[in-house]
Amino acid sequence: MTRVVVPIGPQHPALKEPLNFRVIADGERIVELELNLSYSHRGIEKAAEQRDFIRALPLIERVCGICSHSHSTVFSMGIEEIMGVEVPPRAQYIRTVIAELERMHSHMLWLGVAAHEVGFNTLFMWTWRDREAVLDTLEELSGNRIHYNMNEIGGVRVDLSPPQVDAALARIPVLEERMRAYVAMLEDEETMLARFRGVGTLSREDALRYGAVGPTGRGSGVDYDVRRDDPYLVYDEIPWNVVTDTDGDVYGRTKVRIGEIKESLGIVRYCLEHLPDGPIRVAAPKAAPPGEIYSRYEAPRGEVAHFIRTNGTDRVERVDIRTPTLANWTSVVYSLVGRPLADIPVIVAAIDPCLSCTSRITVLNRGEDARGETSPYTGQAGWFP
Amino acid sequence: MTGPSRTLSRRLLDWARGKSPWITVFNSGGCNACDIEIIACLMPRFDIERFGILSRGSPRHADILIVTGAVTRQQAPRLRRVWEQMPEPKYVIAVGACASGGGVFQGLYHMVGSVDQVIPVDAYVTGCPPRPDEIINGVVACLGLMAEDAAHGGRARRTAAAPGTGVEESS
Repeated sequence: MTRVVVPIGPQHPALKEPLNFRVIADGERIVELELNLSYSHRGIEKAAEQRDFIRALPLIERVCGICSHSHSTVFSMGIEEIMGVEVPPRAQYIRTVIAELERMHSHMLWLGVAAHEVGFNTLFMWTWRDREAVLDTLEELSGNRIHYNMNEIGGVRVDLSPPQVDAALARIPVLEERMRAYVAMLEDEETMLARFRGVGTLSREDALRYGAVGPTGRGSGVDYDVRRDDPYLVYDEIPWNVVTDTDGDVYGRTKVRIGEIKESLGIVRYCLEHLPDGPIRVAAPKAAPPGEIYSRYEAPRGEVAHFIRTNGTDRVERVDIRTPTLANWTSVVYSLVGRPLADIPVIVAAIDPCLSCTSRITVLNRGEDARGETSPYTGQAGWFP
Repeated sequence: MTGPSRTLSRRLLDWARGKSPWITVFNSGGCNACDIEIIACLMPRFDIERFGILSRGSPRHADILIVTGAVTRQQAPRLRRVWEQMPEPKYVIAVGACASGGGVFQGLYHMVGSVDQVIPVDAYVTGCPPRPDEIINGVVACLGLMAEDAAHGGRARRTAAAPGTGVEESS
């Protein structure tokens, strides 16, 4: 068998972010895949230990540009729980609204990118046009299109005024109409059916074995959503459903994501209509007592968890960030084996990879390490599944 | 604007380049926010193509390199290599607070810092992230710079490392 090594990345037209694949192919078939995810490693976990909570929040928010509210919310929820601070209900609702708007913009972004990867650029343009309505709402509510910086320890930074709420509510019917169009398109659009169906198949057992989370897992029939199974914010008070699908391929994940956008629209509408009165923040103490917390959150891509340890000062002693993309990579490597090379973009895009939050560095003892975990290709230590 | 030393074909080339600059986007270790705002520039609402600007995958086809994110230690040699692959005249725009000055990631153990510590930068667009219209403004400002450079002896006239180009500033 002839084995050809195809290096892809870190700079590559198909990749928006630095990532290196070392694909070993037999003809057109992928035999083996090695990943190097360490290009975007910045050292945020270490830096967060050196800043107080007020200054750590903007840093934590910049773990990822797309799910920024997820990271800042999961971090502040953890710190608040250690401090014993009760966040006012109005702040909880505002956090939920921003979280669901973020989920919508992330899933629409994903739908466009996935369509682009299969050569369906019309849908790419359409979803990104519709996404602007969500970004406009976010800008009106928070002041910024991306990196909303809404969270503070103890509440949120800005309040929502009635005109802002009305403007946000007015956009929801438009988006619902667009979602109906996408669902119709999903059923009879040949390009999507041909390139999404049966591609990147992941059975329920494999999804569980490789620890797939978020829409990747739910698209394979894993009925698991942190918002329902370990409720935070106000998800146990509002009506919504977990969307799952049993197809287990890219098509199934697309259906899950479009379904989640529709659910998010419902959540945003409910929260804005039932916004409780009251303060938007409480004064939190500057320092947190010693403690450990494992804070969980359902980001657009899946479960994101922060392990936080405090030591009685105004800084964290350790924060460990576990991101959904890191959990989903193993399932990608598994489902790519045996597929043609042309399937790499769409299968990789199907998990909605976010490299900036995933980049890890493992320092290996190169002198005595005989297992060859240092990449023979780059000669550098990296994180390999 | 027309320099006396430019031949007709040279002037035609400079004109064409200013009418349709091709860009390539390089993420040097950022958080994605600037990248998705750059992609939003290509989308129907902002539609950067009305200026003739096309996004290309290969740096060998590009006139303008847009760099996002503070430069990590692993990406710094790659960024340098991508820049070296670009044909002259080449221009670099640093998009975002991190690319312009390091941003919140200044001084972290795996960071080199801002983009201008690795390659020369012609335009800076700040903001975290900058809005798409600000990015478009930066690119259009860079186009003006290109036209001015073309008329007055090229990009080298602005760099201290290449003195004595002997071209006077435009009046």
